[in-house]
Amino acid sequence: MTSDPLWEVFVRPRRGLSHTHVGSLHAPDEVMALRHARDLYTRRQEGVSIWVVPASAITASSPDEKDSFFDPAADKIYRHPTFYELPEGVQHL
Amino acid sequence: MDTPAVHGADGLLGEVEQAETALREAADRSLTGVAESLVAATPLRDARAVFEAVIEADQKIEPRDLMPDEYRKGLVRQIAQHAHSEIIGMQPEGNWITRAPSLRRKAILLAKVQDEAGHGLYLYAAAETLGVSREELTDALLSGRQKYSSIFNYPTLTWADMGAIGWLVDGAAIVNQVPLCRCSYGPYARAMIRICKEESFHQRQGYQSLYVLAQGTPQQRRMAQDAVDRWWYPSLAMFGPPDTESTHSAQSMAWKIKRFSNDDLRQRFVDMCVPQAEILGLTLPDPDLRWNEERGHYDFTEPDFDELMRVVKGDGPCNRQRMAHRRRAHEEGAWVREAAAAHALKGLR
Repeated sequence: MTSDPLWEVFVRPRRGLSHTHVGSLHAPDEVMALRHARDLYTRRQEGVSIWVVPASAITASSPDEKDSFFDPAADKIYRHPTFYELPEGVQHL
Repeated sequence: MDTPAVHGADGLLGEVEQAETALREAADRSLTGVAESLVAATPLRDARAVFEAVIEADQKIEPRDLMPDEYRKGLVRQIAQHAHSEIIGMQPEGNWITRAPSLRRKAILLAKVQDEAGHGLYLYAAAETLGVSREELTDALLSGRQKYSSIFNYPTLTWADMGAIGWLVDGAAIVNQVPLCRCSYGPYARAMIRICKEESFHQRQGYQSLYVLAQGTPQQRRMAQDAVDRWWYPSLAMFGPPDTESTHSAQSMAWKIKRFSNDDLRQRFVDMCVPQAEILGLTLPDPDLRWNEERGHYDFTEPDFDELMRVVKGDGPCNRQRMAHRRRAHEEGAWVREAAAAHALKGLR
């Protein structure tokens, strides 16, 4: 027996929120994946919209290279507003 | 029908909420650099030291992180056994779906059994993040290489067993599982939070169902008492062997997979059940059950651990039946899987 492909499931819990990863499941195709996702992850009205994505279609950054990959952002503290000291009394800035 | 509040359930559900909050807080701490700085400061990028540092900082280990082989293997064994238990656990209750006494009870039982299938699937998905495949897991169950909880090898003889299972078996499962919401492995912890929230309905429906019987005719009452008499000790045995004989505990505690010992959890369960049984007006089948002022706990008779070992090894009342049923269901479902796969291929052309 070989398993059906793996799908990652994303659910939008309510209007106004973005889709969030909730888990994964196996299904032969996207129609079945959506139906299984509904039965598995929204039995208690946890969502108003579901995305299913073939796990094989996801490219992930590797934790091994976490430092070098994300390093460029680490030394640019001037990207945050708190970097800037303001003269006393300035408002709405 | 008025049902008295189940003492203890709110407390446990509160702990699930707390575990969920702690998980979010740990993730926030990570943003401000607690674990990341530890990781960065570790000389020679020693994977084992990084792993220990993340655990030490109460952070979660995530799927593609480096981890010791024993950690990975131990988790696969535990999560798989847990998943198999949910799947096999559908059988004792599935046995009563067609004979439920009312449409309402039938709908409730169906929803519960469906939840158990769902819990099995959350857990298989969590196990698969550790690099084991679904077919390996299915095969390990069907071939008997991996186990499931011994409790499901006992028969469900009367309708009252549905109540006793919900109250005692699901109650014991919740006491066991709530601390797992804080497990150091992220996917397992997240699956457990979801499962525990859903399980609390299982326990309450069982208690309520048993309460109705206990308030019913003398015959219904006897049936309820008989079910409690039969399920009490097997439920106590669900917490596993005593601490002195538990093989995997110490390492599991050090790695924050397990948080409390078998005996501590068993005691906690007994302390919760005694007042609940009083409200039901049913007795627990233990003449030596009494409050110990000094310890601040109930003294009780331990379950028969020799029996537990016999059942785990395959010699319980229903082991063969459960496995035969699962194998048959798997084989007889093959054509559905094949048809779905053929249909999917057609879509590709």
